[in-house]
Amino acid sequence: MTTTIYVPCDTTALSLGADRVAQKLQQAAAQKNIELHLVRNGSRGLFWLEPLVEVQTPYGRVAYGPVEPEQVDELVAAGLFDGNPEHPLFLGDISQHSYLQQQQRLTFARIGITDPICIEDYIAHGGFVGLKKAAALTLQGIVDEVKASGLRGRGGAAFPAGIKWQTVLDEPQNQQKYVVCNADEGDSGTFADRLVMECDPYMLIEGMTIAGLAVGATLGFIYVRSEYLLSQKMLDEAIRRAEVLGYLGDNVCGNGRSFRLEVRLGAGAYICGEETSLLESLEGKRGLVRSKPPLPAIKGLFGQPTVVNNVLSLAAVPYIMAHGGKAYADYGMGRSLGTLPIQLAGNIKHGGLIEIAFGASLRKVLEDFGGGTFTGRPMRAVQVGGPLMAYLPESQWDTPMDYEAFAKLGAGIGHGGVVAFDDTVDMGEQARFAMEFCAVESCGKCTPCRIGSVRGVEVIDRIRAGTNRDNNLVLLQELCETMVDGSLCAMGGMTPFPVQSVMKHFPEDLMARSRPVEA
Amino acid sequence: MHMSETADPKAAVMSMPVAGDWSPEIIRQEVAALQHKPGALLPILHAIQDRVGYVPEGAVPIIAEMLQQTRADIHGVISFYHHFRTHPSGSNLLEVCRAEACQARGGRALERHVQERLSVGYHDTTADNEFTLVPVYCLGNCACGPSIRVNNDIIGRVTPQKFDQLVDTLTTSVLQLK
Repeated sequence: MTTTIYVPCDTTALSLGADRVAQKLQQAAAQKNIELHLVRNGSRGLFWLEPLVEVQTPYGRVAYGPVEPEQVDELVAAGLFDGNPEHPLFLGDISQHSYLQQQQRLTFARIGITDPICIEDYIAHGGFVGLKKAAALTLQGIVDEVKASGLRGRGGAAFPAGIKWQTVLDEPQNQQKYVVCNADEGDSGTFADRLVMECDPYMLIEGMTIAGLAVGATLGFIYVRSEYLLSQKMLDEAIRRAEVLGYLGDNVCGNGRSFRLEVRLGAGAYICGEETSLLESLEGKRGLVRSKPPLPAIKGLFGQPTVVNNVLSLAAVPYIMAHGGKAYADYGMGRSLGTLPIQLAGNIKHGGLIEIAFGASLRKVLEDFGGGTFTGRPMRAVQVGGPLMAYLPESQWDTPMDYEAFAKLGAGIGHGGVVAFDDTVDMGEQARFAMEFCAVESCGKCTPCRIGSVRGVEVIDRIRAGTNRDNNLVLLQELCETMVDGSLCAMGGMTPFPVQSVMKHFPEDLMARSRPVEA
Repeated sequence: MHMSETADPKAAVMSMPVAGDWSPEIIRQEVAALQHKPGALLPILHAIQDRVGYVPEGAVPIIAEMLQQTRADIHGVISFYHHFRTHPSGSNLLEVCRAEACQARGGRALERHVQERLSVGYHDTTADNEFTLVPVYCLGNCACGPSIRVNNDIIGRVTPQKFDQLVDTLTTSVLQLK
């Protein structure tokens, strides 16, 4: 009899020793003469439980976690291969875990369940249903379905995806058009794009192919940041297999249309997550931001009409096509429809991926899902939406996760990253880092960003040292306003947001004083 | 899936070319293999760095001529991107995450410890040529920080103790290989 064991192969599981766990399980099975079928599945996104080992039993899959390599022998002795529940790490059926039960996983329905690279697994779990439906529709029919879903760009700008697609569709068809996937997931605290690419790569391929069919594009590029080598490997292999089975190539799903995909690697430039900078980079140039107009939808890659969407936007499309735009729009609130993949990170007890309908409060995310800080100390500040977004004090945590509600606070949801800090954080240092990061990553095109960020670091240093503090605070405020008003893109234009939020909500940290020691 | 078979740090050490291990012919091969692609320059630079370990300055005129671009164009692209190196790195490339999610989990203390332990700053190589230290702004492992990357392996929840053990292991295995 064969025993089937699942050991995740995503970056986080690997970073905590999943390969060694798998190795040890194989050794233990060999010693016990057990025939082992080892599946390297994706992660379910409950990262505090990684490496999460699952065993197939007659009663379904049961999980153990977090399993350190050193614990494998002990677990095997306690009956892991039989799914024996008598061990402290036994978790039972992980799909019934409250962390997952409270979610609405529309996009991330498959992660952790399937072998990411196994196309048969993908198809068995509802894969390519959306593409087959799209292949039978008119171009306008596909775009209309995406419009009906209310899907807004998940990269951070929240622009309606259907309108962007319509613009590209409306450009004359007798020319080359492109679909570009922005997989330059550079915001600290985000990993949802990575989870798509590492744990369910066919979903992205399917979403991009649907986009290609919708607008009449025959070529797509996935721009993956160079830090994500595993994503690149997974996508390359998945693209190869999808071509073999006719989901990509010259005759997509037998409808006579052509669509091909190529993965391109970035080279460690945060700014290339900005769409026009990304296009420059794809063209083989320095990643300098372009002025808009012209919009990339009209003059994008190599001057041609181009759909540029984030991984999560494109990954939402297969569900929308399979179940209808309305089914997706039934989730969410106001103008924020569908689900938001929240990435809970930083100093948090239960970090991971939380896909829920828009509208849940930030506090619910931090407390019900997150369970408080990892260190057990009081939580003090939360940065939502990446390094260019505001730090939120506790008084703002009851805000619903909704684009408009966050905009009202002068904050944003961005790409859905949530980074928690405990009370040892020095918010003055965080404000300084925002400027420092901008100085390192600015493309250099506009002065407020290139020079302003360097001056920002200097001014904050003087404030924190207590040098002419009041005047320097005025200067910092003016500098922030200049950067917001005078920068071409979000890098310079939004770097002041975290700084201003510290000035407003944590002004005491801009005084020179000591704080509790880091745990 | 066994994606990590190539991620053995020792294997990476063995395959790492030594300084000066390139020739104009190698550069021409890499350019020729990719120059038909639209926007080929980044793929070409990646291919050269993957093969040689860095992008030698002597490669610039060759790339420029073959792509019919100016040397300034090529140099400008290489210098824009943090990923491309123009000099060989040490035996192990060590990237330490400096971004917010890792800061929230003690990343700053880890940064200080790493620099003290190795006696180098960022973008420097240790005197024994074992480690080149570079900052990185997010490895996407943000729920399990602080994170570092050693060659192709990302490691999570790194404490100063865990880091010291890792350094010991890496330096020991390199000695064994010699």
